[in-house]
Amino acid sequence: MSTTFWILLTACLTGIACGPIGCFLVLRRLVMMGDAISHAVLPGIVVGYLLTGVRDPFIMLAGALGVGIITAWLTGIVHHVGQVDEGASMGVVFTLLFAIGVILVSAYTGQVDLDADCVLYGEIAYVTWDTFQIGSTDMGPRAVWMLGGIVAMNVIFIVMFYKQLKICAFDPELASSLGIPTGVFHYLLMTMTAMTVVAAFESVGAILVVAMLAVPAATAYLLTRHLWFMLILSAVIGCLSGLLGYGLAALFDSSISGAMAVAAGILFLLAILFSPHHGIAVLWARRLLHNR
Amino acid sequence: MWEQTLRFFSLQDANVRYVVFGSILLAGATGVLGCFAFLRKRSLLGDAIAHATLPGVCLAYLSTGSKEPYVLLLGAIATGWLGTLCVDWIRRFSPVKEDAAIGIVLSVFFGAGILLLTTIQSMGQASQAGLDKFLFGQTASLMKRDILILGGLAFFLCVVCFLAFKEFKLLCFDVEFARSIGLPVRLLETVLTTLVVAAIAIGLQMVGVVLMAALLITPAAAARQWTDNLTRMVWLSGLIGAFSGVAGSFISSLAPRMPTGPWMVVTLSILFGLSLILSPQRGYLTRLFRHTQTRTTIAAENILSTMYRYAEPNGRFLRPVSVRDILRYRSLTSVGALTVLRSLKRQGLVSETRGGWLLTELGIKSAENLLRRHRLWELYLTEQLNIPPHRVHRSADEVEHWITQDQEDQLVSLLDSPLRDPHEREIPQRKDE
Repeated sequence: MSTTFWILLTACLTGIACGPIGCFLVLRRLVMMGDAISHAVLPGIVVGYLLTGVRDPFIMLAGALGVGIITAWLTGIVHHVGQVDEGASMGVVFTLLFAIGVILVSAYTGQVDLDADCVLYGEIAYVTWDTFQIGSTDMGPRAVWMLGGIVAMNVIFIVMFYKQLKICAFDPELASSLGIPTGVFHYLLMTMTAMTVVAAFESVGAILVVAMLAVPAATAYLLTRHLWFMLILSAVIGCLSGLLGYGLAALFDSSISGAMAVAAGILFLLAILFSPHHGIAVLWARRLLHNR
Repeated sequence: MWEQTLRFFSLQDANVRYVVFGSILLAGATGVLGCFAFLRKRSLLGDAIAHATLPGVCLAYLSTGSKEPYVLLLGAIATGWLGTLCVDWIRRFSPVKEDAAIGIVLSVFFGAGILLLTTIQSMGQASQAGLDKFLFGQTASLMKRDILILGGLAFFLCVVCFLAFKEFKLLCFDVEFARSIGLPVRLLETVLTTLVVAAIAIGLQMVGVVLMAALLITPAAAARQWTDNLTRMVWLSGLIGAFSGVAGSFISSLAPRMPTGPWMVVTLSILFGLSLILSPQRGYLTRLFRHTQTRTTIAAENILSTMYRYAEPNGRFLRPVSVRDILRYRSLTSVGALTVLRSLKRQGLVSETRGGWLLTELGIKSAENLLRRHRLWELYLTEQLNIPPHRVHRSADEVEHWITQDQEDQLVSLLDSPLRDPHEREIPQRKDE
């Protein structure tokens, strides 16, 4: 099958994996935590690579997951011990971890098959270079399998705990009074975020993962008042951003992941203007009709 | 290594000289302005601004074709500003919350920057090499001209900060008051935001887009640990920033491939960590010490009152109380109890005899003080708050350590100088010296 097909499939899968998890981050006001975790993934991957010497996705996943959880934990410590507000504590923690990652990458440039630029904005165009093989049969790009696995895990996670996640997202106090372990769900959500970030990281890069987490989810948030619909919508919008981004990138002859973020931003702008409940243009038109 | 260190700090090398002075000025200025962003709880907005400068740099290059520092700087400031406005607009005109607004602006602007950057790259212009330095900073390649322009701007920012210091201070702590005394709050906010955006744009030259947030937040957060005074905090934060600039460029001069920016961030984080642990007022060690001290005091007071209670029913203060007797009523380890008893002995409150420990004259008096407070509180709870007598002991056990002399006097007059507590036990009366 053609390269274009695989690239488009990877882009769509990234959108589908990130969108629904992003919805919960948006609702729980944890978007910047997603940002912090996506930066912190870098040292995790490098350390995992240096310790084992192989670029095995599972080791990278484990390393990144570990550092992701450390990020959440360190942020809590700085916030409580230093009495520093939450945003600033996140800023202090993730910049340190990212700096350590960059230092490790530059110190072991010869050995690490990682490029700091590539970490930032990934290279989805190369997905077909790294394929997954069983025996001698080519099963398609490894990234597609990994993202597909994460999509499946996310769907299972959300379907299994839909009720709990919903209550935690909208009313944490009610959740804990009903006996739902909110702390456990917080860390579960962080873990799922970290795993999604690691899987998406190879195709879109650390920072643009944030775009796929935050923007489609916020767009869906503007368009509907039902959680289940918001989840589906965010996946669809994520997909759409991927496809549009590919078109944009072809037009400008540029990085696909950067174009994906821009496409997502354009969709968000449209939603701000034309969303049925909150759209600026819609409200304005309604006022105009009313005054007439 | 020693030779390299000497060469670095003697500033013989002209290049080293520029880098050192440049990093002191740039990191110092961002440290100073970071304080205001930090105190207004807008630290992460700084992160978004830093990412939003990238498309500006690329656009400036695309439209003018020059790599002059002031052209790129203007571009960076322009889109940085646009990013701030977008966050405000999204917050004001849609139900999307601030954290999501920051995340959206940060990632979409950065995406646009990457799009432009890769477009420029694919246009095959060899001269674009300088632009991607903005991702991770370029301290080592700063030239005399860059330093003059950037350093001049950094100095200008500090001067404006100094002139409008009082106004910015009000903006940080009490916007309503600032408005009520007729200060042009909107204008001041705009000026402050512009200064922060400009500081970010010049700091970018050193650490790059991604790590810029650290240069803004971490010095301020570290300085905050040491003082409650804004003037001192601003100075300290500037100094911490400047120090990290020197340290970062020194470390990167030691090894050929070491990047300056990340080392600056690591230096800053180490300073921040030390501040968290060591600062005299809010530091972890201080708090740990205070906590231990309070716990020891409470344990000592508990032991005194327990010993008193053993002797109270029959007035036999000469019968020794053993550690085991004490542990029957108090949850302490025997080692802990012994340590506390020894320190009480040093203070002359108890004495050691063969069968155990005895209260001294002084010890009896301070135990009576405690018991009086305990029983007054029990009586207060039952009489004034109508709490049943069997439920007041635990609260009194906690409160007895904190009641001051004034509060005790108030309780006495409120309860009409009572003689007995709700359990019909005698309340020890105060003996005037």
